[in-house]
Amino acid sequence: MPRFKQTAEILQLMAKKENIRDIGIIAHIDHGKTTMTDSLLTEAGLLSPKIAGQARALDYLEEEQKRGITIKTANISLLHEENNISYLINLIDTPGHVDFTGKVTRALRAIDGAVVVVDAVEEVMVQTETVTRQALNERVKPVLFINKVDRLIKELKLGPDEIQAKLARIIRDFNNLIALYGEDEQKNNWKVDPTKGTVAFGSALHRWGFTMDIAKEKNIKFKEIIEAYKNEKVEELVKKLPLHNAILTMAVRHLPNPIEAQKYRIPKVWKGDIDSEPGKAMLNVDPKGPTVMCITLAQMDPHAGLVATGRLFSGTVKEGEQVYLVGAKRNYRVQQVSMYMGAFRDPVNQIDAGNIAALLGLDQARAGETLVSLNHKSSMVPFERIKYVSEPVITIAIEPKHPRDLPRLIDVMNRLAIEDPNLVTSINKETGEYLLSGMGELHLEIAVKFLRDYAGGDLEIITSKPLVVYRESIMSSGIVAMAKSPNKHSKFWLQVEPLEENIIQLIEKGDLAEEMGRKRMGTVLKEAGWPTDEARNVWALEEHRNILLDLTKGVQYLREVRDMLIAGFRWACQNGPLCEEPIRGLKVKIMDASLHEDPVHRGPAQIMPAARRGILGSFLSSKPVILEPVYKIGVSVPAQWVGEVSGLITRKRGRIVASEQKGPLTMITGFIPVAETFGLSAEMRSSTSGHAFWQTSFDHWEKAPENVAAEVIRSVRERRGLSSEIPNISRFIDEA
Amino acid sequence: MSELIFVGMGLHDENDISLRGLEEVKKADFAFAELYTSFMKELRIGKLEKLARKKIKMVSRRMLEEENGEEILAAAQKGKTIFLVPGDPLVATTHVDLRINAEKIGVKTRIIHGASIITAAIGLSGLQNYKFGRSVTIPFTHNLHVSETPYAILKTNRKAGLHTLCFLDIKAEEKRYMTIKEALGILLEIEEKRRESIILGNTLVVGIARAGSKNPVVKSGMFHKVLNYDFGAPPQTLIFPGKLHFMEAEALTKLADAPESIKQLIR
Repeated sequence: MPRFKQTAEILQLMAKKENIRDIGIIAHIDHGKTTMTDSLLTEAGLLSPKIAGQARALDYLEEEQKRGITIKTANISLLHEENNISYLINLIDTPGHVDFTGKVTRALRAIDGAVVVVDAVEEVMVQTETVTRQALNERVKPVLFINKVDRLIKELKLGPDEIQAKLARIIRDFNNLIALYGEDEQKNNWKVDPTKGTVAFGSALHRWGFTMDIAKEKNIKFKEIIEAYKNEKVEELVKKLPLHNAILTMAVRHLPNPIEAQKYRIPKVWKGDIDSEPGKAMLNVDPKGPTVMCITLAQMDPHAGLVATGRLFSGTVKEGEQVYLVGAKRNYRVQQVSMYMGAFRDPVNQIDAGNIAALLGLDQARAGETLVSLNHKSSMVPFERIKYVSEPVITIAIEPKHPRDLPRLIDVMNRLAIEDPNLVTSINKETGEYLLSGMGELHLEIAVKFLRDYAGGDLEIITSKPLVVYRESIMSSGIVAMAKSPNKHSKFWLQVEPLEENIIQLIEKGDLAEEMGRKRMGTVLKEAGWPTDEARNVWALEEHRNILLDLTKGVQYLREVRDMLIAGFRWACQNGPLCEEPIRGLKVKIMDASLHEDPVHRGPAQIMPAARRGILGSFLSSKPVILEPVYKIGVSVPAQWVGEVSGLITRKRGRIVASEQKGPLTMITGFIPVAETFGLSAEMRSSTSGHAFWQTSFDHWEKAPENVAAEVIRSVRERRGLSSEIPNISRFIDEA
Repeated sequence: MSELIFVGMGLHDENDISLRGLEEVKKADFAFAELYTSFMKELRIGKLEKLARKKIKMVSRRMLEEENGEEILAAAQKGKTIFLVPGDPLVATTHVDLRINAEKIGVKTRIIHGASIITAAIGLSGLQNYKFGRSVTIPFTHNLHVSETPYAILKTNRKAGLHTLCFLDIKAEEKRYMTIKEALGILLEIEEKRRESIILGNTLVVGIARAGSKNPVVKSGMFHKVLNYDFGAPPQTLIFPGKLHFMEAEALTKLADAPESIKQLIR
């Protein structure tokens, strides 16, 4: 079995950090990422060269094969030889569909370099831009692969000059992205350049590819490639210029090894003290340092249980080792350590820093967790929360057709929620319905299909029509609201204000996170312009971008009720007063409090409702509004239908922000409220006779126009079984 | 006649209500009772209804707190209304808000007292009422959150040489009543965290169970003795004595089984 031999070889290589590359392949949907990955897989000897390109080994889920798009992230380790040196390439496969961008982000944390695949015909698209921006943000260095060059020759029948012009435009557009989103260092040094070998051209489907240095080494001119197609000699081309050689050569020569990469990536992705023991160990990729691993993927294996995959930044993880999960606050013993080979895991005794490992036995591990040796448990600063660009904006209610299947449905829902943190499962307390929220219609459609498959295929599920998820927010500062506990023995004075946009940005970028601790959050907020007394006293940061501050002075027993106040704050933020949608962008200030002497009279049942009422009371006095999710929409359409597409988007309360000619196609970019996109497919098809290729991704929350907001409040309240009127402020505040 | 009378039901069963209280219930237009603030072990409301020949409506914490006792107030505006409360109303419990609201809307209020655990526990222990400091409830831990107030109060009272009366939390809805063993366990947990030597193996403790019943138990001794003592069924109460008067020391040894060695605490 060659697989075992290679596992042993790979294990030897893991120790030579200079020869390791942790890379990923990122792309716009259908630009050929998976086809290319499979072509690379042949190198590891897992598949015969013939079926790569057709079999798509990484798409091991049946669903993915059927739809032809990749959903699950998988990892493989590959070997590559150059100048008699063996390199170990750890390859993280990332999904290409926009609905799953959260997974791309998670995978990026584990890699140092990325091959960005761009379709030569379609050129740089919306998703190319999104994933490149995300990669730069994580300090992941890109190289470019321009795919489907064969189509320029065969389908578009372009001449050498036209092809060259098109390729040059793609490279220019891509470098513009780096100029737009990169830090100074990246702008100066990370732009791609074919003469330097950081751009490859080729066809993943036909399995050939080259960079200019390879072409020079093999003495091949571009003309010969065109001729190979004309003379049907593609097989020879593949032999001379195998794709895997081009890609892996580019990775080995131009993407950083862990020793180089961790030096500049750790200060960006980890906010702890660089001079601390784990900090130093990570900077130096020290296998003898404390074990520190950032978990980037958690999957349920029906036989093995939870499989946690991630990047080891320092130390050596061994079977039987005692480790600690910083987020879950739990100790574990690692039951098994394994490395990836395609869809399979091979158990090994240990894996050391700079590599990708899969661990068994950590049942509370989730994507984004930080794992550390047990003896560093108290001092470890976790990796900042992985930044999720996308938010769940659409919800469906699901129920089993037969009530007896409910336990099974709950079971598989829990499993799916573990694997896909962008999927939010919840229970509607009023109706008892199970709710599934995701990033788009397709995301939810696939999730439901997974639920069926996980349950063994015979689980019949009824789903509701998709509903849009809204947010409640405020436009001005509210009154200082006084609210008493139900027993009237404790009082709180609370005030809400809109949270500044720059602070929301810091939270979304992961630069401000609860796990940083009060002191470091204070430093960040002070730099962002907050007065010292506010910056220093942050008590809690709620997931929907809300912050709780303690501005009281010398209130007796306040420390004892802190956790209960925070729980009340979170409760209020989960369900706003307008229609019980989550609140977004709120700064809650505890101005003063008066508490009962005896702890039993100021328990959670007293403090939580008081905090919640005060917050909602002040909220209602501060010009409350409904925020609706807005998609960014990209449409690529032949020029003759541009008018129809623009008209359609505008009619749907959308707006066009850019329109760019790319060869025969026009690329239209705009924004459109999510609520207006149900049924958009059919309308787009009919108004362009099916000539528009388009896609949407969540972009931002926007204040809904008043008439829309009124209708949203009315219908959501009705759906939730609430009284038709928004509750009066007097329900939430007390007098004196 | 519009009136709201708070009537204490005492400690143990339906026979603890005062004769005056019972007579008022008999004459009432409406009668309500709550049983969530304290645990009366043998009380059967049905028996009290028979004694008073009156239907008694039970009220929940929700009705009193979240709805501000509106139903009781509405009844009191219409006629003579009784609100039956365990122990002595308005002492260890929290109904003062209801009384204030009644007066605010012009309803006259009165109290008919009942026996309270405060006086009962002190009396049973043989300690002197004049020497108690602040009392405190030891609450159940909530999501691992432990209130450290009881420990802080013990510390303050101890410094002043005063006794501390500790009420033990109840969750009537769940039929959970804290035992002396649980309460001492919670205090020990705080001691392990704060290490201020307030709770030690030789700390003197008085445990009291079922005050007001025919078979109350009073057991005094060193912390570990009391921790491992079987007090039987709830309700239970704790006292941490401070400095002892010689009569107090004698009472504890003779009436509460305390060891002779406690005499060294006499000042």
